Amino acid sequence: MAQVKMTVNGKAASGEVEGRTLLAHFLRDDLGLTGTHIGCDTSQCGACVVHVNGEAVKACSMLALEAEGAEVSTIEGQANADGSLNVIQQAFQDHHGLQCGFCTPGMVMSTAALLKDNPKPSEAEIRHYLDGNICRCTGYHNIVKAIMAASGQDTGQIAAE
Amino acid sequence: MYNFEVERPTSVSNAVAALGRDEAQPLSGGQTLIPTLKARLAAPSVLVSLTGIEDMKGVRMEGDKLCIGGATTHATVMREAEAHYPGLASLAARIGDPAVRNRGTIGGSLANNDPSACYPAGALGSGATIVTNNREIAADDYFMGMFETALEEDEIVTEVKFPVPDAARYEKFIQPASRFPLVAAFVARFSDGVRVAITGASENGVFRWTEAEEALNGNFGADAVKGLSVSADGMIGDLHGSSAYRAHLVGVMTQRAVASIA
Ligand SMILES: Cc1cc2nc3c(=O)[nH]c(=O)nc-3n(C[C@H](O)[C@H](O)[C@H](O)COP(=O)(O)OP(=O)(O)OC[C@H]3O[C@@H](n4cnc5c(N)ncnc54)[C@H](O)[C@@H]3O)c2cc1C
Ligand code: FES
Ligand code: FES
Repeated sequence: MAQVKMTVNGKAASGEVEGRTLLAHFLRDDLGLTGTHIGCDTSQCGACVVHVNGEAVKACSMLALEAEGAEVSTIEGQANADGSLNVIQQAFQDHHGLQCGFCTPGMVMSTAALLKDNPKPSEAEIRHYLDGNICRCTGYHNIVKAIMAASGQDTGQIAAE
Repeated sequence: MYNFEVERPTSVSNAVAALGRDEAQPLSGGQTLIPTLKARLAAPSVLVSLTGIEDMKGVRMEGDKLCIGGATTHATVMREAEAHYPGLASLAARIGDPAVRNRGTIGGSLANNDPSACYPAGALGSGATIVTNNREIAADDYFMGMFETALEEDEIVTEVKFPVPDAARYEKFIQPASRFPLVAAFVARFSDGVRVAITGASENGVFRWTEAEEALNGNFGADAVKGLSVSADGMIGDLHGSSAYRAHLVGVMTQRAVASIA
């Protein structure tokens, strides 16, 4: 076992982990932040996307020890200070960008990373960026709509459902 | 995944020393290795992380060569190679998905030499030099077949040096489930000749399509490769595409790459 320390959603976090402990397991099992979902566990689906030092990564494919000293943000840190949903989360709700919600934490974290680099992405750019986020029930159109809305753009032009 | 110890050296020499431990293996972005460990296809006792070695990160020009540190992520190459070698930046920009690009590295990709990986085509197609902790290996001598390279045990890729062509294009026919190429062609046009590297097709991994290179040296245009074909013998055939289909794609991808820079 080894000691690991990082900042998670702005707060200091530490714990004893094994070499093989994944960042996703440390967040979920040690810190109780179960919003980071594990879908495929093989780096395909994106349900586990969190930000490490501002970059979107798959927490199922990174060791907790590799996040030593890093700034980590998870879905639990996305809401506004007063607890209300942030712009992206609210847009997912308004546009039915989720059904079961399993993929949603990863979708929201990937969207946050996209909009940081590209505040007004086109529909094609959104679809391309979400290559690594798989949704098994919503069907993507409403997710794309939500992201257009969250970036202050017209949602009328999105391809038919 | 069986348990292992993790070492996080901050210099190449400490990494090499750590790799001298019993059953030690390098870990770079982990985008290939961690799923492999989960599948129990490898069971090292020690993982030596290369991501804390600053000397192995970054993109810079040295004379007329573009030098990329072995632990540089695909996302960094996508951003920082654009000004120097746009054809290579565009290859990096299309590897996997954004989260994979934020972790996966050029050294990991070249060490792994997956028969469908993108960087082997970029390195062989550019005539790059693979720099390790103790020597320099020309790309032509480096790729030894599917998942096989000239690397010795405990040797690490510290840097890759790319000659910069006048123009280059990577054409990737994507296999959407894996996000790897089904077949892809990297065509680079230098003042002294053309190089064509093909990935995703052969059971021996990346290869140079010399017949196309000769034709393109005479006349650089998609027409020059139109009549050429590669044999389906030795091509990968699986549920995503037969060997005949892959052999056909080799020609199509090469023509598209040439057409976009001719
Ligand atoms: C969903 C998904 C999609 C992908 N799509 C593509 C794609 O389209 N094209 C593509 O090319 N790749 C793709 N990849 C693979 C990705 O690019 C990997 O990052 C890459 O193949 C391995 O790099 P890594 O840094 O993650 O290496 P790791 O997984 O850390 O290591 C891979 C192997 O190389 C060894 N190694 C690592 N670094 C070094 C070094 N510097 N010197 C010597 N040995 C070393 C390790 O011991 C291990 O055996 C994809 C991966 C995923 C998960
Ligand atoms: S659980 Fe990490 S990518 Fe699917
Ligand atoms: S909402 Fe169910 S998987 Fe996306």
